[in-house]
Amino acid sequence: MTAKTIIPVGPYHPLQEEPELFRLYCDGEMVTDIEWETGYNHRGIEKINESKTFEQIFFVVERICGICSTSHPFAYANAMEEIAHVTVPDRAKYIRSIVAELERVHSHLLWVGLAGHFIGYNTVFMWAWKYREPVLDLFEIITGNRNSYAMFKIGGVRRDIEEKNFTTILNILDRLKPKVEMLMKAVVDDPVIHLRTKGIGVLTRQDILDYCAVGPTARASGVDIDIRRDDPYAAYPLVDWKVIVQQEGDIFAKAVVRFLEIFESISIIEQCITKMQKGKPAEIETKVKDIPEGDGSGRSEAPRGEVFHYVRTDGSNSPVRHKIRAPSYVNVATFKKSCVGQTITDATLALAAVDPCYCCTERMAYVYDARSQKKVLDGAGLIRLSQERTRTLKNKM
Amino acid sequence: MDTKEFIELMKFKFKLNIIRVFVRYKNRVLFDIEKESLLKVASFLSVEQGCRFIIATGLDAGDHFEIIYHFSNDQTGLIANIRACIKKNKPEIESLTPLFSAADWIECEMHELLGLEFLNHPDMRSLLSEGNWGAGDYPMRKPHQETKK
Repeated sequence: MTAKTIIPVGPYHPLQEEPELFRLYCDGEMVTDIEWETGYNHRGIEKINESKTFEQIFFVVERICGICSTSHPFAYANAMEEIAHVTVPDRAKYIRSIVAELERVHSHLLWVGLAGHFIGYNTVFMWAWKYREPVLDLFEIITGNRNSYAMFKIGGVRRDIEEKNFTTILNILDRLKPKVEMLMKAVVDDPVIHLRTKGIGVLTRQDILDYCAVGPTARASGVDIDIRRDDPYAAYPLVDWKVIVQQEGDIFAKAVVRFLEIFESISIIEQCITKMQKGKPAEIETKVKDIPEGDGSGRSEAPRGEVFHYVRTDGSNSPVRHKIRAPSYVNVATFKKSCVGQTITDATLALAAVDPCYCCTERMAYVYDARSQKKVLDGAGLIRLSQERTRTLKNKM
Repeated sequence: MDTKEFIELMKFKFKLNIIRVFVRYKNRVLFDIEKESLLKVASFLSVEQGCRFIIATGLDAGDHFEIIYHFSNDQTGLIANIRACIKKNKPEIESLTPLFSAADWIECEMHELLGLEFLNHPDMRSLLSEGNWGAGDYPMRKPHQETKK
């Protein structure tokens, strides 16, 4: 007699600490199908925004996601500036890009740390989070906050970067680079990590196009898209940088894309600061009086991919409709392709490889044996299982 | 292809189906189309033009519903917004999910929040709620009055 085992992962996700429920249908150790339930985090932000003024919405959208809390205000500002036909001063553009790129650095380091933890490399976890700390200090220097930076407003930014802080910022970035390089070598050259991530959770180019996935998830599968280059905004057309693309589509490729993007981000920040140092102190915002009737589509490249905001206005001081599309909304759906056909231990890693952010997209976890009707493993058990596999592979080498 | 050429191409391809064209910004275009031609237009954009489906916005415009399908041309940075109007007494439209899987979730969401029917959607289910809202209670409709459970 064969009985199908269903493994619910979530709603309190053992890997990402945010609520979303995945049901892995397993035959033995192989995942044969996956189903999900979302909505645990649905806060009705689109509806709430219809009752807020345009300025208040910045604070609401900033709280959509704790990790990439600048990407939403960024896309919203782009949409509003499109409606109001506002040009942002160069200095504000640089500051916007600096904050957005710092966010990418800290978000990618956070992912590297978590990924290390999932496969049982807690040293990677400790290191990545240790080196992420100075990035948060930089945020504090620039914005006054370690998180939820409240930097954006229609037409510009709310705070300037003081001249005396330029050297401090550059020094911290200088110290960060060799650390990230060392971390990257430790991860990318590790044979055990190769065994755990190469050829695992592969998303083909066709899968990406079908699910319209974005960000590092798409770029790791050879789909060369990046809103910063394709639909230029802020300071990105004013500095030199390149889009990182890998062809393999597996978890390893996603890690490589994220690591290399950290270096690109650091380079963008350095160039922005150098350009600001050369220029004279200038305006950091264009005053906007009224928002006319119209509609605007704003987007920005968040650490996880393109964030899209569509705003329609009617000449009053709040929107008629505000549509928000976070990158995880399209990336999470690719699990159907990346997890099916994998073993349970690899599927959990494939779930994490997309760097899903459930706050953006919108109970307990245990393994349930359908035959004996007993709980076999809980969330911590799943992580233990994954870590044991790394140990076994390591011992075999 | 710049925005002007793109508009010309669309007009040439769908002469009878495009009601109005608005150029909102340098690379933002809004096409008002007949809802019957949605599948044709979406298929042209995604298959022939290689446009990426970003998302769709559903909204209650008072006497009718509107769905705006946002497509991105990543080669030119253009966003093509395709707007279809739907009558309130018959809120149904063709599903785009058979064309690309990316439309799956958002159609479920619009079904749940606005009460729109998507014809030929393969797996219509509740995405956000547990299905325990009152019958006919759609929070994004205006004016919204909560019905009793």
